[in-house]
Amino acid sequence: MSREFYPRILPAGEQALVVEFGDAIDPAVNDRVVALARSLELRAINGVTETIASYRSLLVLFEPSRISARRLRFMLARRSRAALADRAGGSAGLLYDIPVCYGGAYGPDLPDVAAHCGVSPQEIVRRHSDVVYRVFMLGFMPGFPYLGGLDKALETPRLDTPRALIPAGSVGIGGRQTGVYPLDSPGGWRLIGRTPVRLYDPARSKPVLLQAGDRVRFIPISEEEYERADASCRAGSYEIIARAAEEGGAV
Amino acid sequence: MNGIEIVTPGPLTTVQDLGRFGYQRAGFCPSGVMDVPAALIANALVGNKSDADEPMPAVLEMTMQGIVCVFHGDAAFALTGADMPATLNDKDIPSYALHYARSGDTLSIGFARAGCRGYLAFAGGIDVPPVMGSRSTNIKCALGGFEGRKLKRGDMLALYGVGGRLKPRKPVYAEPQHAYTSNGAPLLIRVADGPQIERFSKETIRKFQNAQYTVSVQSDRMGVRLDGEPLPAIGGADIVSDGIPCGAVQVSNAGQPMILLADRQTVGGYAKPFVVIEADLPLLAQARPGDKLRFARVSIRNAQFAALETIADTGLTLRRIDEQYTGSLRFAGFNIKT
Repeated sequence: MSREFYPRILPAGEQALVVEFGDAIDPAVNDRVVALARSLELRAINGVTETIASYRSLLVLFEPSRISARRLRFMLARRSRAALADRAGGSAGLLYDIPVCYGGAYGPDLPDVAAHCGVSPQEIVRRHSDVVYRVFMLGFMPGFPYLGGLDKALETPRLDTPRALIPAGSVGIGGRQTGVYPLDSPGGWRLIGRTPVRLYDPARSKPVLLQAGDRVRFIPISEEEYERADASCRAGSYEIIARAAEEGGAV
Repeated sequence: MNGIEIVTPGPLTTVQDLGRFGYQRAGFCPSGVMDVPAALIANALVGNKSDADEPMPAVLEMTMQGIVCVFHGDAAFALTGADMPATLNDKDIPSYALHYARSGDTLSIGFARAGCRGYLAFAGGIDVPPVMGSRSTNIKCALGGFEGRKLKRGDMLALYGVGGRLKPRKPVYAEPQHAYTSNGAPLLIRVADGPQIERFSKETIRKFQNAQYTVSVQSDRMGVRLDGEPLPAIGGADIVSDGIPCGAVQVSNAGQPMILLADRQTVGGYAKPFVVIEADLPLLAQARPGDKLRFARVSIRNAQFAALETIADTGLTLRRIDEQYTGSLRFAGFNIKT
């Protein structure tokens, strides 16, 4: 395909436009997507109802009775240029510390992953928890974060036969990706641990914890710590640790 | 308690309203009724008003086959959408009309003669708690609706208090918005351009508009799968995942198109050359496996004209039902006060 100039604004039916910042999974591109999403959140354009951020583009849903596609195109082009200029992205969201109990009953595939990677299970845990991951986007299921930054040495193919039920909170590796299952669901990722933190809790004022542009760090905890944290999560008294991610920080 | 007891649930009956909006960025599909005008008319027939807080009181969406239920307390109801035969205490009753049931009455709704989805509205609406701003059922997340799932035998569904105060009004009828043709001429579905239109050659786009597609049996609330002329994408159909609007026509690497609907995923990695215009989504909602579809590409402008036409038609129907109808009508991104 011919070389494109970004950002470009594409049609998506009569009630949506796509603002595309690139054609690759690239933190710098994702920064711009998130910067535009944030800009639309902070200073709403009248008529825009929702946005969906993904790796390299932002889907902008609008009500044609309140704003024409032509006018919205013009306004998005202006906002996007601002998002491009904002080099730090203004997009670094929050950095979340997510406690994970690795191995044992919570991470039944940790030994297999270690064997596949040719290192000890302890080394898998060290490397997996040594990275600040970027939330590129959410999708697949509610609150499911597509994380970027997995150590290449930890890449492990999915299971040949997916499990029928993976409990919510399970932390897994699937190919080049790592992530956390927010809901009980079937799935084929290798499970290396579990977090007591609810990425998705419909009863919480903010039902979904993460958003595109946030950062995540996994903190290894013991089984006892897991049980304690799980109990306080159930009681709703668990305090999730989050702070402003450093601008231009890792990934 | 005023309500209905489900005796036979049908294959897929769920509580739905207009949908759960504002959470697509977090990965939640909006859910909601598939045939919006039919559900609006059902609500209007029973005298339910809509307002900003409650754009549409919740109704039951029944797929291919209706429910059998027993009333606990008096209630008013109306059936719209797919042409499903119905009886109240074994007496035939017409759809698109207001009916009254007494406590102990049995309503029995059968297999759709035409169309795919029937809507059952009750005066006052269905009493299920709103979750994240909507009463719609999201089965995948076990969220909203009645316990986050489809109905089953023995469920007791509460209705908002209409009980003893129910006074029969004059007979109320409406005309269906469109005749649901099954096994007849192909339905014409209009599409506007999607984000990856440029990945498809002029020749492919022309073929798409000349071809006839068949609705596959693997179709559901997530999407309508189509059998027919494959749509090869230049350089393959895989893209870096991006957001999916309602009605998006997605093409797999085998070239088979699928139209993504109310229970769609919010992001996906297949090319989307087209998006079905909102005015034709109700038609698609009523297409059943085996039905034939044809497609025509239209401009954004014509898509919006078509939406306004649908709104005018629906608004007219609503006002014929109730001259004092004062709901707001939300459709295709238009929010019209009637």
